[in-house]
Amino acid sequence: MTSAAPGATSAAPNEPAIRRLLRATEVDTRMLGMIGALVLIWVGFNVYTQIQTGEGLFLTPRNLWNLSVQTSSIAIMATGMVLVIVMRHIDLSVGSIIGFVSTIIGVAQVHILPVYLGLDNPAIWIISVVLALAIGAAIGAAHGSLVAYLGIPAFIVTLGAQLFWRGAAWWVTTGQTIAPLDDRFALMGGGPHGSIGATASWALCALACAAIVFGIYAGRQRRTRFRFPQRPMWAEYLIGGVGCLVVAGATAVMNAYPWPERVAAQWAQEHNVPVPEGGLVISTGYAIPVLIALVIGVAMTFVARRTRFGRYIYATGGNPEAAELAGINTKRITVLVFALMGLLAAVAACIDSARLDSATNVLGQLDELYTIAAAVIGGTSLAGGVGTIYGAIIGALVIQSLQSGMVLLGFDSAFQQMVVGVVLVGAVGIDTFYRRRTAKA
Amino acid sequence: MDAQTRTPLVEMKDISLAFGGLKAVDDASIDLYPGEVMGLLGHNGAGKSCLIKVLSGAYKRDSGHIYINGQEATINNPRDAKHYGIETIYQQLALADNVDAASNLYLGRELLTRWGTLDDSSMEAEARKVMGRLNPNFRRFKEPVTALSGGQRQSVAIARAIHFNANILIMDEPTAALGPAETRQVGELIKQLKSEGIGIFLISHDIHDVFDLADRVTVMKNGQIVGAGRVQDMTKDEVLGMIILGKCPPGAIPGPGAMAS
Repeated sequence: MTSAAPGATSAAPNEPAIRRLLRATEVDTRMLGMIGALVLIWVGFNVYTQIQTGEGLFLTPRNLWNLSVQTSSIAIMATGMVLVIVMRHIDLSVGSIIGFVSTIIGVAQVHILPVYLGLDNPAIWIISVVLALAIGAAIGAAHGSLVAYLGIPAFIVTLGAQLFWRGAAWWVTTGQTIAPLDDRFALMGGGPHGSIGATASWALCALACAAIVFGIYAGRQRRTRFRFPQRPMWAEYLIGGVGCLVVAGATAVMNAYPWPERVAAQWAQEHNVPVPEGGLVISTGYAIPVLIALVIGVAMTFVARRTRFGRYIYATGGNPEAAELAGINTKRITVLVFALMGLLAAVAACIDSARLDSATNVLGQLDELYTIAAAVIGGTSLAGGVGTIYGAIIGALVIQSLQSGMVLLGFDSAFQQMVVGVVLVGAVGIDTFYRRRTAKA
Repeated sequence: MDAQTRTPLVEMKDISLAFGGLKAVDDASIDLYPGEVMGLLGHNGAGKSCLIKVLSGAYKRDSGHIYINGQEATINNPRDAKHYGIETIYQQLALADNVDAASNLYLGRELLTRWGTLDDSSMEAEARKVMGRLNPNFRRFKEPVTALSGGQRQSVAIARAIHFNANILIMDEPTAALGPAETRQVGELIKQLKSEGIGIFLISHDIHDVFDLADRVTVMKNGQIVGAGRVQDMTKDEVLGMIILGKCPPGAIPGPGAMAS
């Protein structure tokens, strides 16, 4: 029973530099691959638009800012979908939950709440959001209960639910679109006013960099305390440096996108600010939906990695019987995971309807498929037990980049769907091949 | 019998369990004393695993009673069984394949930091200690257990069972996946646990395994108890006769499944 133990410090003398770099930094190579694919897509589209129109349209602050806003709703749901799929289930109903929740809160904040609270009452958006989250979580919990306690396959439960809630959404408004929504609520959708501006963005950037440095420091302390092998110092500096650079770069891009001229002019007029020559330049900064997505991404990573609940999700996905025998209440975990998925779908519903400033029963159509695709492209295994939150977020970014790039190129929507379909199958194919090879090695 | 004056650690009385029309366990009774190894023998499908899964809470009995230290116990799921200090090492190695050894060791009983989050470092450090005692060659703490060999996985499973102060240990074919050296290791371990006063149910269809390690054996056939007796009062051939024919020798106490003589 000799175990070839690749201890983190046992340096082989003539190891290739790249492999040594990867091992020392303990970076997930699959993640690097995904980021590489993303960069390839971005550069590819930029070059293509350069050739086609004479200027690169993809890697512009404007497009990247839009991309970040467009990605947020799918990214939020993908973080939950990862956990559902890790549990060996699936949720086909999230798109319909968006539709249903959106119509309910639309009716609430346009037809019901103003009657009691008066138009423009600041409580309206809070009540709407709380209502949305409660309904989303309740719907998810109901699906989870059917799966866990009645033993109906999740595929069937959520397929039925997809039809049910889409129908229910129509029934709430009899198919009418409700608009406009509450002004404060609409800020959740982004746009010039629904963004935090340059100063706050830089403050946030500084905070994130501090968190990265502190995380590395705390990690070293912990390893010292338990006498675990340390990463070499240069690797720590490299990780910290790259991390801070990425955050600062993203912030710079977000701030480089100014408010549209007309919006800025209107704002200047309202606030009696003189418009300088050449127009007023106001940085947009991070959009609120993007911040919501980032916070949820961090929170979900924490849940998945650092809590019992998360550990049980992964253990159950790996071996449901073993988890049950270890005394884990897998049924309760199943209900909670679906409830969490419903909650995240409700967040997405708020963002989507706020962005359109309207509520309609067709909102979120096909979103379940993009969400599942994002999770799977991000490395989640449909066999269960394997998947990461950051992977799903990158997956969402990949899908949205493709779509947004094809819109820039003027591809028609039929062709866009075909490409996304091919990419999904291709990505999983490459991943399967990669896993088989690394399993052999 | 001298043992009869003490209170048994475990007593299972008239346990029945049926799957549809099939009676997997039929009115079976079995007992276990502290510091004793009870071998449970029988063919594949004789009902031994089913009987023991009733004790570990994996199956719910249809009828019968379980007494732990003389007190009637309510065991409806694995959590209840753990509550009574019953730990099980399953035949099919009940490990979550996709998480690492430390996580498996602590599955269901994770160590938490004072913030209520998982304390992975403490768990790994503790796992290193436990595994160091059990299997000093074990070094792959960071990898999912699916990457480990059969013996390494078995040591994780055993570590899991003994790390939490079990007083009743159920081992279902503990050496089925192991080579000779590892089998010997498990044997040593059983003797050590026995000396600590732990009661052990050792389930096997390999009579040699059981004869070397058990104090008493109980034999099952077609869901019924053929008989039970001390190892020194019986020969291997007599036990084989119990397993194959259901014939209870004079050295054993016959059960309901014994062939009418």
